[in-house]
Amino acid sequence: MPEMFTVEIISPDQTILKQETNEVIIPSFEGQMGILNNHIPLITFLRPGIITIKAESEKRYYVEEGTVEFSNNNLLILTSTARDLVNLDKSKINELLQKAEANLSNQSTDKDRYIASYKLETLKEISQ
Amino acid sequence: MPSLDDLKKRIKSVKSTQKITKAMKMVAAAKLRKAQESAEKGRPYSQKMQNIILNLTKSINDPQNAPKLLIGTGEDKKYLCVVLTADRGLCGGFNSNICKLAKTNFKKILSEGKELNIITVGSKGHDQIKREYSKYIIKKFSFKDKKNISFNDADVVGKEIISLFNQNKFDKCIIFYNNFKNVITQIPQAQQIIPAETKNLKESNDENFSYEFEPEEDEILEDLLPKNISTQVFKALLENAASEQGSRMTAMDNATRNAGDLVDKLTIDYNRSRQASITKELIEIISGAESL
Repeated sequence: MPEMFTVEIISPDQTILKQETNEVIIPSFEGQMGILNNHIPLITFLRPGIITIKAESEKRYYVEEGTVEFSNNNLLILTSTARDLVNLDKSKINELLQKAEANLSNQSTDKDRYIASYKLETLKEISQ
Repeated sequence: MPSLDDLKKRIKSVKSTQKITKAMKMVAAAKLRKAQESAEKGRPYSQKMQNIILNLTKSINDPQNAPKLLIGTGEDKKYLCVVLTADRGLCGGFNSNICKLAKTNFKKILSEGKELNIITVGSKGHDQIKREYSKYIIKKFSFKDKKNISFNDADVVGKEIISLFNQNKFDKCIIFYNNFKNVITQIPQAQQIIPAETKNLKESNDENFSYEFEPEEDEILEDLLPKNISTQVFKALLENAASEQGSRMTAMDNATRNAGDLVDKLTIDYNRSRQASITKELIEIISGAESL
């Protein structure tokens, strides 16, 4: 049994989640990142993707952007777009998917295109 | 001496005013609970965001090249003041308190010969400030038609501030709002958001982390700092919303009580003059009968 650490997901209007966990996988800007207990202090930000929190039961959240800080065995995820996958129904996903598809071609910079393509990919993945 | 009819009319009108203030108090109380809740729920986000920024500030190795949003332009000549007020009146000293604080600051800035620009959020503040400082107001926002303030609203204001900063329109940015302490006490506050205030830095934590950054430090700051501005504005808006309702509730409670006192006083007056007129009539009848 690996040791636990605290994970917090906070959005501007509420604290979405605060619990002990073994492992969290976040879609960091430069790729998936698994975080375990006693990780070194870290600051990064997110691209669209899925946050997976592994404790006794697994929780998955869809995010579009966010900032992540890890210090003192406390993982802090600040995002305004976190959605619990359990509460996300098919029609909502398809709606987002259509928007993302329409958006992809409108991006001007490489960075925006990169983000938009990940958004599309993630949505496709969860709509299956 | 007002006639009986006049008194009756006044009592009636005071009573209906009392009904209105009572209803407003109830509405404010209901709204307050919601606003207070969202203000309290919103606090962790802005606090943690501020903390990350502060930690980042500490670990910056090269202060010369740090982003300007964080350390400022190094000058102290042009000020941008963002005054956040309510869109509705009848909430006691809520709006005037913010404006009073803001005006004191404006005077100080102007007396030091510095340049002043003002952005107002909320129409009540705009009305009060434009009387004296209308030529400094460069932009006004109003969320009158919004029921609940969302992060996107704050983002609009935040983006405006950042774009002005990028155009070199100001060196320092201060926001004015009411901090919600409890229902009775709201404290008007001035918070400097650009450059980020590092005063509270010492108390947060003394440990010096060396963070791992992914991607690069400046890229993160570039992403985080504009977000922080919007977050701080959002926090201020939430605090303001809760303060407004709290302030209105107290004000309307007082008004209801005052109206009650007034009704009591008027009723006594009314009864007295009714009694007086009855006595007068009696005297007239008796003296008429005696003279027969």
